[in-house]
Amino acid sequence: MSSNPKLQVEIVTGERVVYEEQDVDMVMAPGADGALGILPRHAALFSLLSAGELIVRKGTDEQELAVFGGFLEVVNNRVMILADTAERIEEIDEERAERARQRAEAALQEATTAVEIEAALASLRRARVRSNLARRRRGPRADVSRPTG
Amino acid sequence: MATTREIRRRIRSIGNITQITRAMEMVSAAKMRRAQERVSASRAYSDRIRIMIAGLAGLTDLEEGAYPLLQQRPVERASIIVMTSDKGLAGALNSNVIRHTAEFIRDDIDGRTEIIALGRKGRDFFRKTQYPLTAEFVSLEDWPSIEDLRPVVDIAISDFTRGKVDAVYVANTRFVNTLTQRPQVQQLLPITPEFDDEAEEEVRDFIFEPSREAVLNGLLPRYVEVQIYQAMLDALASEHSARMVAMRNATENANELLDDLTLTYNKVRQTQITAEVSEIAAGALALG
Repeated sequence: MSSNPKLQVEIVTGERVVYEEQDVDMVMAPGADGALGILPRHAALFSLLSAGELIVRKGTDEQELAVFGGFLEVVNNRVMILADTAERIEEIDEERAERARQRAEAALQEATTAVEIEAALASLRRARVRSNLARRRRGPRADVSRPTG
Repeated sequence: MATTREIRRRIRSIGNITQITRAMEMVSAAKMRRAQERVSASRAYSDRIRIMIAGLAGLTDLEEGAYPLLQQRPVERASIIVMTSDKGLAGALNSNVIRHTAEFIRDDIDGRTEIIALGRKGRDFFRKTQYPLTAEFVSLEDWPSIEDLRPVVDIAISDFTRGKVDAVYVANTRFVNTLTQRPQVQQLLPITPEFDDEAEEEVRDFIFEPSREAVLNGLLPRYVEVQIYQAMLDALASEHSARMVAMRNATENANELLDDLTLTYNKVRQTQITAEVSEIAAGALALG
């Protein structure tokens, strides 16, 4: 092992490999019991994930992803995320995410049975993660990525 | 004997058929490759989950009832998820799956059997049998995602955990290679973990959050999900390769037919000309 180990990160779902990167400095993930920060030389860990934002930091570069449940595994500086669903930030369509959020809120209003409420809450959570991420991407980087207005 | 015009018409129409079958062959070849790519894309996920389950099953106290999806019961009622294609023109693919499933029910299940049909061909068949159809899914997307298959997963899991059935099987066609597709029936539920010392060793020193039990309970339904998904991809790869081969045979047969017809056409034409010439010659002779 080199004196200054880095992390190797892989994010996979049942359908595809979403993200793969070497020499990563830090991973921040939404653990089931609260946020997890993974640095090199982390102990072997296997954690459930909840829905939320996942951040991979490499040098000054940060990649943000939305994950919706799954598992995170750390062994020997290798971080493997088995996500139920995962999307890279650039794959999220802000307008669609916003519409989905509104739909989920409406569904929550109308939900009566426990199952319906549960389902509506879950989709609202997902929609919020998506639309928050999408908005943040547009915010600070608006001047570089696209003209405002 | 047919007239030259009739033969020409048949030659033309068979020419059209070869164009269609050749196009279908190429489309199926592309779809088959795509299905195979999807299977390998999904493998990283399922392999990891399988190893984790194998490791955890050895380390965890698998007491009765704590893990509903692992619960072994005597099989009095079972359900089989039968994966067939919606469309035909795929050779013996669907009839092989159906026959294999029927034999499996007859030979290996003692109790009552229900069918969950995925694909029109299987549904149409089992509708006419005594086995009740619990659910049917036809005209799924061309490339169903895990999300699209979730209703199937939910039915399988809830029927099993509620005790409506004691085992769930999946019948599909395993894609071996382009020429070989093998019908098979595999057990989906209860999950039978492969106890594996190596995996156990690997997992021993892990920190589990929130707990080993919670993680294992979270992994099991995902495992069911990805197994159904992969079985579906396997069935799709088989469907497309079976159709590709069927269409290639059809093109070959059509080409043979074309050769025969062309030969007949030339013979008929030659006979006709000979007849005409001899008639003219005879006429000239009679006049002279």
